[in-house]
Amino acid sequence: MATSVDAARGGTAAGSARLRGEALTLSYDGRTVVDGLDVAVPDGSFTVVVGPNACGKSTLLRALSRMLPPTAGHVVLDGDDIRGQPARRVARTLGLLPQSSTAPDGITVAELVARGRHPHQGLLRQWSPEDERVVAESMAATSVAELADRFVDELSGGQRQRVWIAMALAQETPLLLLDEPTTFLDVQHQYDVLDLCAHLHEERGRTLVAVLHDLNQAARYATHLVAMRDGRIVAQGPPAEVVTAALVEEVFRLPCRVIEDPETGTPLVVPAARRRAAV
Amino acid sequence: MTSFSAERAAKGSAGLSVLRRRGLSLRFHRRSLLVSTGLALLTGALLVLLVGSGEYPLSPAEVVEVLAGGGHAADAFIVNEVRLPRAVTGLLVGAALGLSGAVFQALVRNPLGSPDVLGFTQGAATGALAAIVLVGGGSMALATGAALGGILTGAVIYLLAWRGGAHGQRLILVGIGVAAILTGVNGYLLTRADMADAGRAVLWLTGSLDGRGWDSALPLLAVLCALLPLVVLGCGRGLRMMELGDDAAYALGVPVERVRLALLVAAVLLAAFAAAAAGPVAFVALTAPQLARRLTRASGPHLLPSLWTGAALLLAADWLAQRAFPGHLLPVGVVTGLLGGGYLVWLLARERRAGRL
Repeated sequence: MATSVDAARGGTAAGSARLRGEALTLSYDGRTVVDGLDVAVPDGSFTVVVGPNACGKSTLLRALSRMLPPTAGHVVLDGDDIRGQPARRVARTLGLLPQSSTAPDGITVAELVARGRHPHQGLLRQWSPEDERVVAESMAATSVAELADRFVDELSGGQRQRVWIAMALAQETPLLLLDEPTTFLDVQHQYDVLDLCAHLHEERGRTLVAVLHDLNQAARYATHLVAMRDGRIVAQGPPAEVVTAALVEEVFRLPCRVIEDPETGTPLVVPAARRRAAV
Repeated sequence: MTSFSAERAAKGSAGLSVLRRRGLSLRFHRRSLLVSTGLALLTGALLVLLVGSGEYPLSPAEVVEVLAGGGHAADAFIVNEVRLPRAVTGLLVGAALGLSGAVFQALVRNPLGSPDVLGFTQGAATGALAAIVLVGGGSMALATGAALGGILTGAVIYLLAWRGGAHGQRLILVGIGVAAILTGVNGYLLTRADMADAGRAVLWLTGSLDGRGWDSALPLLAVLCALLPLVVLGCGRGLRMMELGDDAAYALGVPVERVRLALLVAAVLLAAFAAAAAGPVAFVALTAPQLARRLTRASGPHLLPSLWTGAALLLAADWLAQRAFPGHLLPVGVVTGLLGGGYLVWLLARERRAGRL
């Protein structure tokens, strides 16, 4: 189950996992959420982290994106501790879509997406033709090009999330982390966003890491699934191997059957019918 | 598809212009540049008007002639020794307050985040009152006390609000608390003062440009010259990104905590030296960035437009203060207080209607 971690530690840093956590201990206000965790993000994967509330999955993502300094251990990016690297350099390799962001008042879609170019710009290089091209491409890839002149605050939740993803795309990082990108979206937009992620992963070869709430969405879209409980990784690997009835019961305390998704052939978790005794 | 979307992007960034030469590029918001230029011209005109007005009136042409190095000896004396230092002090105080307010409001992401609300102005007042009441010092001691008081208050608020990164909301709450405590301290210091000192203290507390000479203007000019490049060129782009939230800005490569500390120090110094020069002139730091924002109609921290708005506002207020009641010279702080207070009420009412309050 821990094969990819072992492989990552055995291989060269840049070889199989550019982004790794080593012996991570993570805490908020002195309360330890994750204790001594090793994790590796396989290059070229769409890694999805799942687990029940408070299992430490978002905390782990915050640590991997250097938003949360670990109390012990390191996050390693391209062989070096991420904390020692200049913020700008990291921002050209590793992008993050935070769980909540604030759009400034009166900013248009095109302007917001353009801000994703910041790590590639400088005081005397404020807007290169390259910036212009990447911003246009990012808006086209997320189907927000026709919204370019609209103000971000007048968009729907689904449109807004696509705009934020476009901004993260404009950053042009080989690694992109997404913290619960589907939360607060209605179901149709959840699948829009996930399809977009899958597209980025397949067509553009980006390595994605997302935290998701919905186990079935995770099983459908992930190429590498990490299941967490109580700050530990319980299982990881391809969804077809990881998602079993026994594991779902262990991780989510949810009795269920796992069948084949008739649409995609990936595992589909069907919770057991309510037992009267339990009510 | 690419050309189609590129066209869209160009349309989307309407209002922005790009200058490119040999791999270098500058991008600016046309309207913001126009507004800054217009306000700078307005400030210059107000300066000439202000220098020309008084018991011995000079026409704008005469003022300009003296400023260019010509004119009668008597005119030159009045302009260079009496009125110009006062007007330049006013211009610098307004500019410093406008810039300081723009930085604070962007840092705490709240239109109420200004040095008056966050306690720095009260801290400067405490320093000045202590210099008057406890030390019994002259105008130099008073200015030093005000600057030190503002800076110390800034340090205390930052330390109290700092917990794994000083967050905007917490800065406001801590600042309001500190402001309330310092207002109490200031009241206590006033009760300890004798009549003459108390009169001087109250006049200072209103914010006044009366009798200001080059010795008031020069320290502020030095601070402004030193901090302006740091704030606008060094931190301006980072501050723009921080509007998106700390996480997003950090993810985009902005060293958030370092930029914030540098900007807080700069904004506190600007507010403290402005207070040292003219006393705690009310509401300019609060009003100028909001006015600038409405003039430029752009997103962003509006640093230069706010600076010029502050300068123009303060000079206009000083002109009104000298002209509103013939025979009565009002301290400029009274006028900015009346204008700014009215503006604040309007802002609160508007935000409330918009459901944001």
